[in-house]
Amino acid sequence: MDIGLTHYLIVAAILFTTGVAGIIINHKNIIVILMSVEIILLAVNINMVAFSVYLGDLTGQVFSLLILTVAAAEAAIGLAILVTYFRNRGSIDVDDINTMKG
Amino acid sequence: MSVAAAFFYLFSAVMIASAFMVIAARNPVHSVLFLILAFVNASGLFILLGAEFLAMILVVVYVGAVAVLFLFVVMMLDVDFAVLKKGMLQYAPVAAIIGVIVVIELALVVGGWTAKPGAAPKAASNLSNTEALGRVLYTQYAYFFQAAGMILLTAMIGAIVLTLHHKPGVKRQVIADQNARDRKEAVELKKVPSRTGI
Repeated sequence: MDIGLTHYLIVAAILFTTGVAGIIINHKNIIVILMSVEIILLAVNINMVAFSVYLGDLTGQVFSLLILTVAAAEAAIGLAILVTYFRNRGSIDVDDINTMKG
Repeated sequence: MSVAAAFFYLFSAVMIASAFMVIAARNPVHSVLFLILAFVNASGLFILLGAEFLAMILVVVYVGAVAVLFLFVVMMLDVDFAVLKKGMLQYAPVAAIIGVIVVIELALVVGGWTAKPGAAPKAASNLSNTEALGRVLYTQYAYFFQAAGMILLTAMIGAIVLTLHHKPGVKRQVIADQNARDRKEAVELKKVPSRTGI
């Protein structure tokens, strides 16, 4: 059986679902939430590259590159905020992050 | 089953299993290591697809930078992860229900998808993937490329501003003060008489 576009789409869908479920399961641990977001972005990247290859259009790979850039920036900023938050509060419990609530 | 198909199933299975371990592992250090494994396998999938440049970028950027960043933060923060994991299984049914719903939705989308008639794949050129990508990226998408650079610059400045902090009581070099000193206030001449101290 030849590997077609649908195979890659199914794999990406399973990966995406794993990421979404990870956000819900680890709703208290913001580090694992950030990792789940990375998994979701990886699933999107796989979709982009699979479509790009099977349609013969390089635009998908260009946008995959841009998604990678944004994901790296997001991880850096998110972890920086996390470090600052931990320094100020001494905990990273998501339930405690309501200091700015009016 | 061809070799490519066998490798596709190998990479996909390991990637999905390690993605599952990322969200299920008790120790976040293990989560980060499984995340690295997932990225390496995704890069293998990209190579199977023929997108070698993105595969290498995935290894360099994700495994080399982002995952190591995660590892540093996990090791730096002294967090009691056992407390954070306490209510984990409580939400597992919710996560399973939402996961099943998302899978069904995605399966409907994938199952109902067909290529637009006439949207035939373009003929493959004899350029390498990297060269073809570079020819598109630096011409047609040059502004997007610049915007990506600006995003990275913003992220870099933001991360530095957020995490840089000065401990009080540590002596620091103030270059303006150094340059503002002149001979009059820096050097004091004393006339020392013979056989007496100051």
